[in-house]
Amino acid sequence: MDRSARESLLDRDPDDPVRVLDDDGAVVGTVPDLSDSRLVELYRDLRLARRFDARAVSLQRQGRMGTYPPMAGQEGAQVGSAYALADRDWVFPSYREHAVSHVHGVALADILRYWMGDERGSAHGANVFPVAVPIATQIPHAVGFGWAAALAGDDVVTVAHFGDGATSEGDFHEALNFAGVFDTPTVFCCHNNQWAISVPRERQTASATLAGKASAYGFTGVQVDGMDPLAVYRVVAAAVERARTADGAPRPTLVESLEYRFGAHTTADDPTVYRDEAEVERWRERDPIPRLEAFLRDTGRLDDERVAAVETEVEATVADAVEAAEETRRAPPTAMFDHVYAEAPSELTAQRAALAALYERVGEEGFE
Amino acid sequence: MSGAAPATSLTLVQAVRDGLAGELARDDDVVILGEDVAANGGVFRATDGLLDEFGPDRVVDTPLAESGIVGASVGMAAYGLRPVPEIQFSGFLYPGFDQLVSHAARLRTRSRGAVTAPVTLRAPYGGGIRAPEHHSESKEAFYAHEPGLTVVVPSTPRDAKGLLASAVRSPDPVVFLEPKRIYRAFREDVPDEAYTVPIGEATVRREGADVSVITYGAMTQPALDAAEALADDGVDTEVVDLRTLAPLDRETLVASFEKTGRAVVVHEAPRTAGVGAEVVAALQEAALLYQEAPVERVTGYDVPVPLYALEQFYLPNALRVREAVERVVSYR
Ligand SMILES: Cc1ncc(C[n+]2csc(CCOP(=O)(O)OP(=O)(O)O)c2C)c(N)n1
Repeated sequence: MDRSARESLLDRDPDDPVRVLDDDGAVVGTVPDLSDSRLVELYRDLRLARRFDARAVSLQRQGRMGTYPPMAGQEGAQVGSAYALADRDWVFPSYREHAVSHVHGVALADILRYWMGDERGSAHGANVFPVAVPIATQIPHAVGFGWAAALAGDDVVTVAHFGDGATSEGDFHEALNFAGVFDTPTVFCCHNNQWAISVPRERQTASATLAGKASAYGFTGVQVDGMDPLAVYRVVAAAVERARTADGAPRPTLVESLEYRFGAHTTADDPTVYRDEAEVERWRERDPIPRLEAFLRDTGRLDDERVAAVETEVEATVADAVEAAEETRRAPPTAMFDHVYAEAPSELTAQRAALAALYERVGEEGFE
Repeated sequence: MSGAAPATSLTLVQAVRDGLAGELARDDDVVILGEDVAANGGVFRATDGLLDEFGPDRVVDTPLAESGIVGASVGMAAYGLRPVPEIQFSGFLYPGFDQLVSHAARLRTRSRGAVTAPVTLRAPYGGGIRAPEHHSESKEAFYAHEPGLTVVVPSTPRDAKGLLASAVRSPDPVVFLEPKRIYRAFREDVPDEAYTVPIGEATVRREGADVSVITYGAMTQPALDAAEALADDGVDTEVVDLRTLAPLDRETLVASFEKTGRAVVVHEAPRTAGVGAEVVAALQEAALLYQEAPVERVTGYDVPVPLYALEQFYLPNALRVREAVERVVSYR
């Protein structure tokens, strides 16, 4: 993308969301420059994300997994934004960005391991920071990491993902302020899914938009239709280019992606207490998956046969991941003492030995 | 509280809700604020129905900002309200920590009594419900360490309601930590009318002559279970429930220890610099000459609470308590 295209895409009014497809998948903007096969892969990853999510929820229901935060509805923004990154870039997720993490290299089985209560799920080795549960705390990490990379002269962009609720935390403000002051190569990807558990977006802030908050920090904020994966790809790709010194010096960007979570906040939440089913239905009409599918079919990139093949592939991929995660042998109890410090102090070693001896003596039953 | 007073069988979290409703009804200055406390009734339903009953000026959903919640509560309290902020999980209090320790705890002393912050900060805490990361911590020692703060942990529905009423009426800030593992573990008859249980008083949950088990919160039950098992072996165990961690009820602890001469302290928080260390010091300072064995601590380990697959190995249980008691009573 050249500079003027980037400027017209990013530097627009903060309440003028970028779209590529309309709700029915008809082209209303500039289709990004992605190969046919890449576009079909994108579709496949959306389907994979949707299937993974449904499986994860059902594993939780069956008692095979702990509390899980579903992402259905938000896959377009997740996969679209992840497609805009180079492998060397780094992602700083909250707890809901399973699809971002997977596209950026985290095995689905590792994602499941984490939500099955196993720390080893965070030892995946991909350029994805461990999940951040305390809201907004990952945003300054993305800034510091990108800043350090820039100081080292490395071409690494960092992308922080967070929700609309997160914009109310001090960490959001402090991180964006640092990014503006120090010109860090960071993209702030705010998934405005309209709700922070039960609190609607309009009760979160009196600001007309979240994108508009960027002006307070001296950089661009842009809205994008987050149910449109191609629009999210375009906007995040442009923001990544800008972070990569395309315009002379690295500049951060705040992207407000307008989306909706179809399901509960987590499997422990009951959204019928606080929101209208009619609202959910309205947003379902903008589901990113049929939208992209319609576009790909209309442009001859996808047909029944390819769709069936994608379905089969996705089903198998998720089944394999579930099997791999469930086959993982539980870590020994003493694993909780691993990696607390680079070198365990003697008190910790003693506590570890005490637990090991107790476990040896009383076995699993001693801890039921 | 007369024995004939009408009562309802409630869980601990229902008793919290009942206590909040009672205080809202009693005093127009009481306001509840926090994340998801109004329309949603709290993620644990501790504020269920209170929005409908008391309206949006008294039960307030705030933006997602703990520093804002605690800091605004300090300002409201200074103006004369009685804010009862909820922090959704104690592990998410930290953005509000500065407001709590630098201001709520110190306003009175800094202003020589001119400005005060009677805030009751409620937060579910502790492990045992297979919750995600950062949802299971027991960091009560942080707050007990802060001069000016009062730290309360109920272990029964009846105490929860009465202690909460005392907290709301307290002239000083109270950190009210609710052991969520036992939110719904059992029921108890809770008087319908408002009543208070005094802050700063421990209680003896089970009398015994041989050894004192000193604990609080969700660990009270495993301590009582251990005591029952020990009784079969002829060990007569006293179980003391601290209820207030700061200020500590040294009198009750010491009286128990003077009787038994042996003690085990139990908490699920990490061992190092935990409340247990303070209890041991209190016993040593006041009753060294009664001591017949080293005091043991049965605690969580000095590690971040593991994710739930290993959580059961982290949390103290009745077995660990029993074995510690056996060592302590057999010490010669
Ligand atoms: C500091 C902090 N406070 C509170 C919570 C509890 N909590 C978890 S998710 C959530 C809502 C988050 O909403 P949002 O930022 O919009 O992201 P979403 O969950 O909608 O993706 C809350 C209040 C938390 N995890 N961390």
